[in-house]
Amino acid sequence: MMNKENLIEYIYSIADNSLILGQQLSELCGHGPNLETDIACTNMALDLLGQTRSYYQYVAQLVGANKTEDDIAYLRTERQYKNVLLVEQPSTHFGYVIGRQFLFDVFHLLLLEKLQFSKDETLAAIAKKGIKEVSYHKRFSSDWIKRLGDGTKVSHDKIQEAINHLWPYTEELFDVMPADKEAIECQIGVDAATLKESYVAAVSEIITEATLTLPETKWYQRGGKKGIHTEHMGYLLSDLQYMQRTYPNMKW
Amino acid sequence: MIDKTLISILEAVSDPEIPVLSIMDMGVVRSAKWKEGKVVVTITPTYSGCPAMDVMGDDIKAAFQKENIEANVSLVLSPAWTTDWITERGRKSLEEYGIAAPLDPEADKEALLGDKKIVKCPQCGATQTKMISQFGSTACKALFQCEECLEPFDYFKCLK
Repeated sequence: MMNKENLIEYIYSIADNSLILGQQLSELCGHGPNLETDIACTNMALDLLGQTRSYYQYVAQLVGANKTEDDIAYLRTERQYKNVLLVEQPSTHFGYVIGRQFLFDVFHLLLLEKLQFSKDETLAAIAKKGIKEVSYHKRFSSDWIKRLGDGTKVSHDKIQEAINHLWPYTEELFDVMPADKEAIECQIGVDAATLKESYVAAVSEIITEATLTLPETKWYQRGGKKGIHTEHMGYLLSDLQYMQRTYPNMKW
Repeated sequence: MIDKTLISILEAVSDPEIPVLSIMDMGVVRSAKWKEGKVVVTITPTYSGCPAMDVMGDDIKAAFQKENIEANVSLVLSPAWTTDWITERGRKSLEEYGIAAPLDPEADKEALLGDKKIVKCPQCGATQTKMISQFGSTACKALFQCEECLEPFDYFKCLK
């Protein structure tokens, strides 16, 4: 049996990625470059927020004391969110939306494929359900990487620019935090470090097919897993939390 | 396990986004039984974020309420829902409503990757159809168009 605090921390490190990326995608509602991608982005947002709800409901149950999934989603401070920096990067243009999605989807699927064997039944169930959804997301983002990369000169340059910008945020995905260690020992969590090789291989395959290249990076950005975020996170959270902060306990 | 005495009430509850399809035909009701004079129902989501689930829960409670029965509804995630759980009658109602029913996984993959034209148009029956968008009006559907009658239609994606 794992220490409860650590288990909660571990769940945040997975769930917060889905929340923040889901929030980013839902901001595109009505702003997608065309109707189909608009619908796709909001559909993926829905899947991610659905997964987030399952994780947070579980956390709320672990915490007890009448905590709800909404408290967890809306009422934490910035440093209490443990998502990776990658998912909080802004949707500068459509290339960034697709680049961010692709770089996260590949990791997300690898993670869930392992997490489905977790000894924690709830996490295993959420992962099993999520795999079906995330494989579809990955198919969507991979298709777009190829379409943009192998498209016109403008689309190629724009998606390459996004990949160059986002790639330095990927290394953090594989960092193992103190809470993760206990989760791994108890066979509840996944050792993210072991996913790196498959990740780089899977990303490279699509990137090459898309006639793109991965940048040579010497410096990788990290911090989100410790709660140290980029400046974008503050703006994102103020949008996300505004209603609950302004009208505490409001309900739809 | 679904208690036989409860089936008729549950069959009267439909998916709010596909009103012709009862939640029983949808295969989302995992169990329904009597417990100390109350009814306990468990349902499973089609997709994690399906917004219809909360409404279904409320609709189930309301349906039992009408019979003066108190019902508790809870959500289970495991085993994960698959399109195989849609009944034969459910598939027929989907088609009649204008939604193409899910193919088997292999065929589904070919259809969604655009390799093969096999999704049948629910309007005119032609298989000369093409995918317009991987994602449709709800998480469980993709958008297709018939090249014969030119009507756009939803295809219920296979989930396995």
